[in-house]
Amino acid sequence: MTEIMFWEAIMRAHDEEMANDPMVIAMGEDIGVVGGTYKATLGLYEKYGEQRVIDTPISENGYTGLGIGASFLGVRPIIEIMSVNFAWLAMDQIFNTAAKVRYMSGGQLQAPIVVRSPGGTAHQLGSQHSARMEKVFMGIAGLRVVTPSSPRQAYGLLKSAVRCNDPVFINEHELMYNMKGEVPDEEYFHPLEGSEIAREGRDVTLFGYNISVHWCLQAAALLSKHHGIEAEVIDLYTLSPLDREGIRNSVSKTHRAVIVEEAEPAVGVGAEVMAIINEECFFELDAAPVRVSALNVPIPYNHAMEKAALPDANDVVAAVRKIFGI
Amino acid sequence: MKNTDKKRVLREMLFARRFEERCYEAYVERNIGGFLHLYPGEEACAFGVLEAAQPGHDYVITSYRDHVHAIKSGSDPRHIMAELFARETGVSKGRGGSMHIFDVAHRFMGGYALVGGPFPLAAGIAKGIQMQGGDEICICFLGDAANNQGTFHESLNMAALWKLPVLYVCENNLYGIGTRIDRSTAVVDQYQRVSAYNIPSAQEDGQDFDLVNRAATKAIKHVRSGKGPYFLELMTYRYRGHSMSDSNAYRAKTEERMWSGRDPVIMLRDRLIEAGELTLDEYKDMDTDLLDEIEDEVIRFATESPEPNIADVEKYVLAENDPWVKGGVQS
Repeated sequence: MTEIMFWEAIMRAHDEEMANDPMVIAMGEDIGVVGGTYKATLGLYEKYGEQRVIDTPISENGYTGLGIGASFLGVRPIIEIMSVNFAWLAMDQIFNTAAKVRYMSGGQLQAPIVVRSPGGTAHQLGSQHSARMEKVFMGIAGLRVVTPSSPRQAYGLLKSAVRCNDPVFINEHELMYNMKGEVPDEEYFHPLEGSEIAREGRDVTLFGYNISVHWCLQAAALLSKHHGIEAEVIDLYTLSPLDREGIRNSVSKTHRAVIVEEAEPAVGVGAEVMAIINEECFFELDAAPVRVSALNVPIPYNHAMEKAALPDANDVVAAVRKIFGI
Repeated sequence: MKNTDKKRVLREMLFARRFEERCYEAYVERNIGGFLHLYPGEEACAFGVLEAAQPGHDYVITSYRDHVHAIKSGSDPRHIMAELFARETGVSKGRGGSMHIFDVAHRFMGGYALVGGPFPLAAGIAKGIQMQGGDEICICFLGDAANNQGTFHESLNMAALWKLPVLYVCENNLYGIGTRIDRSTAVVDQYQRVSAYNIPSAQEDGQDFDLVNRAATKAIKHVRSGKGPYFLELMTYRYRGHSMSDSNAYRAKTEERMWSGRDPVIMLRDRLIEAGELTLDEYKDMDTDLLDEIEDEVIRFATESPEPNIADVEKYVLAENDPWVKGGVQS
């Protein structure tokens, strides 16, 4: 195990997969000569050349569609969309082509692309650079959606996503690229389905994904220290398909559930996990599940207002205390 | 091209015409559902271009008006009709329908229903060809109205920038659904629009097989030689409405008569008759044979084919048993 940064983990996964298979390419805005806005492709242009590390024009739908077309011939494109807000422009090609082509061709074609993009709210980037779009991607049949919470997951998920024959959307986070974490020294492929127990507990389950896993872990520490409540934290690194078994197992153990999402509540991860709890283990519940979400507003520029619009560990603690009536 | 080859092409074009007309009947008979976009009037475009290419070797991609391009790429018409009849024996196993004909074995990479959607896909296929180092090209057939989508500009820019081996064929039938081109498009001559991307282009009479074939031969030579993309605009006309749900009330009868007077099948037929290669009786016999073939083989095959098994409705959503979903085989 070596401790590296999140961006280094992504860069290492690119490097290994490009060395392993000459059909793996990287595409996106400023990913080549500049090395990537978040350094996730640093040094690859020099190593693999401009045919395989492609600085694209600012044409999100166009270059995503180009990557999809190339994938029909066995190319494995890793497409970086600089900010998830810009991924709206590529929705046509991702949803209408990549997610549907296997089905509507009766299994003849597949679009094994990887689209990586940072979602989430950073610091004072304003409404059009602060979107959280995982809820949009996870509702589309034919598309896999994963979202790493650590450098280890970022590395292993990207490696598996490159080799998987389905289109995979990887939801990253602008604030996490400099996060440090241990990554195995040997090659490691993370499963694209399932969930992980980030902290064992017995009293309540906190469901998080990507950055909200860390809010859940902070909240669990506070709950243990101040209230004697031992929370289990489940890391939903796969958003599509959600891990029904993992959700059921944890709720059957703790009998209480809080879902923590950075996005607005409507039609989101919280709503979906609640529906799964209802379907899978309703009679295990000792209390109604609760979701901790962002306010239903475009993200404001003012920093205090921005903070007010987003949930944090204290909101998670408050939600758990309310469940326990303390 | 030799006259014997032209006679073969005439037969193929007439087959395509009769195939599409039979689709119309099958739609009225309710054997075909959903949307149906037919090709009569535009046959010289697909045949003129693909006769100059290497169907089955070169990749072809197009819009939802896709049956004839697939047939000329090498698809078995019986399996295309079976697709329209939503049968398991259809080229796309009854999951695609008229707008989503796919036959990857013949390098027919699909029909797509979003106007302008195939522009970047074609550039991507060309990128794949470039990486594999083969001599194939990708030929993308789309209508004039697709050129008002952002994908047109985004894709032409990248195709020119990276010298991708792609031929864009614009079948300019003068209408985007029901809106005439001069009411939707500031620059009516489509071949002029690509000069903004330094892409060589030409405009040709899309009703005349010989002229299309000559222009396409030049275009394909350019693309195959590694010089990058080419844009060929073909002036043509569809006899029917945009789709079966289109009443076709927006076009003047004089305009329709003018275009049907320049029918691509009849023009090629008359040229062969003039050259002494064909008689009118031979042509009529050919037509009767084709109508019989469509009824006895194509329609019969589609009618007798089984529907897909309902239990398979979730098949083909994702790859089956992909090991990397589980993290692969750990080494």
